[in-house]
Amino acid sequence: MIIENSPVILSVQNLTAAVEGIEIIKGLSLEIKAGEIHAIMGPNGSGKSTFSKVLAGHPDYTVTGGKVLYQGKNLLELEPEERAREGVFLAFQYPLEIPGVSNLDFLRVAYNAKRKHQELEEVDIFDFDDLVHERLEVVKMDPAFLERSVNEGFSGGEKKRNEILQMALLEPTLAILDETDSGLDIDALKIVANGVNQLMRPDNATLMITHYQRLLDYIVPDFIHVMQGGRILTTGGKELALELEAKGYDWLQEGELAEVTA
Amino acid sequence: MSIEVSTPNARPHSTGVDRDAVLKQWLTLRADLPQAPDWVQGVRDRALPLLQEQALPTLRDEDWRFTDLAPLYQVAWQAASPTGLQIGDLPLRTGLEGALQLICVNGFYAPHLSTTDSNLTVQSLTTLEPSLQPYLGQQPQAGDVFASLNTYSLSDVLVLRVPPNQSLEQPIHCLFITVGDLPIMAHPRLLVVAESGSVATLIEDYVSLGTAPVFTNAVSELFVAANATLNHVRLQRQSLDTFHIGKTGVTQAQDSHYRAFNLSWGAQISRHEPEVILQGAQTDTQLDGLTLAVGTQLADTHSAIAFQQPRCTARQLHKCIIDDRARAVFNGKIFVPKVAQETNAGQLSRNLLLSPKARVDTKPQLEIVADNVKCAHGATVSQLDADEVFYLQSRGLDHDSACDLLVNAFATEVIDKVPVPELRPALRQAILAQLHS
Ligand SMILES: Nc1ncnc2c1ncn2[C@@H]1O[C@H](COP(=O)(O)OP(=O)(O)OP(=O)(O)O)[C@@H](O)[C@H]1O
Ligand SMILES: [Mg+2]
Repeated sequence: MIIENSPVILSVQNLTAAVEGIEIIKGLSLEIKAGEIHAIMGPNGSGKSTFSKVLAGHPDYTVTGGKVLYQGKNLLELEPEERAREGVFLAFQYPLEIPGVSNLDFLRVAYNAKRKHQELEEVDIFDFDDLVHERLEVVKMDPAFLERSVNEGFSGGEKKRNEILQMALLEPTLAILDETDSGLDIDALKIVANGVNQLMRPDNATLMITHYQRLLDYIVPDFIHVMQGGRILTTGGKELALELEAKGYDWLQEGELAEVTA
Repeated sequence: MSIEVSTPNARPHSTGVDRDAVLKQWLTLRADLPQAPDWVQGVRDRALPLLQEQALPTLRDEDWRFTDLAPLYQVAWQAASPTGLQIGDLPLRTGLEGALQLICVNGFYAPHLSTTDSNLTVQSLTTLEPSLQPYLGQQPQAGDVFASLNTYSLSDVLVLRVPPNQSLEQPIHCLFITVGDLPIMAHPRLLVVAESGSVATLIEDYVSLGTAPVFTNAVSELFVAANATLNHVRLQRQSLDTFHIGKTGVTQAQDSHYRAFNLSWGAQISRHEPEVILQGAQTDTQLDGLTLAVGTQLADTHSAIAFQQPRCTARQLHKCIIDDRARAVFNGKIFVPKVAQETNAGQLSRNLLLSPKARVDTKPQLEIVADNVKCAHGATVSQLDADEVFYLQSRGLDHDSACDLLVNAFATEVIDKVPVPELRPALRQAILAQLHS
């Protein structure tokens, strides 16, 4: 939802970033305001996941130039956990399995880390149990998944749902969903999309990375950015996705940089 | 048939000490031993020729090649004596409120500090029944130099007899405390006879409270009779100026179950030798271990499982967490002779290195002669996965908490199996506390 005069949540200015000495992000600019849903599409290897990990603060990626302001502050100088506590949430394209850490404990520790940061009282096991059961509803997840180790042995779709459960608990200001739709069956996609929509508020924003129009039918973006070779090639409204679906990426020429929507 | 995984690093060198002189001096320390029944004195005395045949080990001994005891040989040890420890001085009753607690101080049973139960026969040196003759000092494993030294210097022995077909509801907590302000050498001794069909859970627990260095040279002999089940949690959490050498000699009769959980995070230099002999057929053995070594600690586990009858099963999981410049050693022997057909044995050594200077030497050692057997073994050495750490950080956990959670996850596979659930949170806490110390 585009809201007049709503505050900027994320402002990326001419960002460049490298991994193992190879530049992957090559001058990326993007602005996301409160209330908005943005989608990034683009061919495999164009740097979408890299961009999302740079935003989350993955130590393997080095920012070599440009700026990232989050709610007006320099995001890049924050530790990954500080970004998380400040409300940046990345739903991973490939969520990790962590054997031996119970999902429930993990969720509680994460939730309390944020509470503590907000100078709120940490919730105890019992109150948290109530809360988590309520949030399970958002993604219609079986409570049995709470007892298992984080993502261990989860199916691809179950892992994605678990990511959105974490999002539902942490209530981020900026949610970055990296191919959350891939691996989800049709029913699960509807459920997860519905969950994400429920979590949208006028004071938060979502950036989703996807390859498919299908997701965008359920979570309707205000802007679609096409990424290629480490930068945004063009930006349009939701109808751009249909065009991409029909024509692929080839018709978009390098250099044909569309105006970046303010 | 063995694979060996060692992380590279130089071996320490023994300094030149006269080991014969050291051993001779140690033998003189038994001068003030309390009176014991004649047959017990006989057990003590029979250890002398064994000691005279042997020498204190050095790095040149194959079984000690990673564990340098030179610092142990350099201390002027004194004989341990019972001290007037008061109940108020005792740590660690927490979490085990219902357990029977039997306490030995500096190797001497302290009945005034202990709680016992009519379903369990507890004896010590002065009350030893001659019916224990087939047991005391009879474990075939107990002939090496340190175990013989313990027998020769036998100051007291804590004896537990679980009567036939008796199931003890509560765990039995045997707390071995060393305390004092002089460097003492203590020889705690535990003898457990789990009679046929009995079920019991034993917690054997070593702590040191004193201000001076301690050498704990412990021997436990456990006899698990036919159809009996013995769960055995062994905690070694002595202070960092302790040397701990411990032998657990176990024999299992037909259809018995023995499950051991050897958890160790104490002592500057420690060595534990759990050795199980499967004298009966169809036995079931579980030998799990969790070792934490930090700072400059050296923690060595040398285990052995000797199959002697057909259709026995054994599972072993030994995990080490090693930080700083610490070092862990694991050597797991499994013997499967011709008679032990249909043996099913599995051994896994898993190691987590938390620092570039931490090291581990792990060596499964399987000697299999029987042909119709299933035996598997493996060893892994890993570090914390940077992507896992990042995943946790991306959910708001700081770096250290993320690492703690992952270390805890590594340990949990052993801790979650400890058959005393009340103990588990304390174990987790103790391990993290040690890691942060
Ligand atoms: N850690 C890394 N080491 C080496 N190369 C990397 C690393 N991470 C990413 N890359 C490279 O950076 C490029 C961009 O990868 P990225 O994962 O960001 O692509 P993507 O747009 O998310 O692709 P997909 O649509 O397939 O998910 C790829 O060529 C990839 O191989
Ligand atoms: Mg990707």
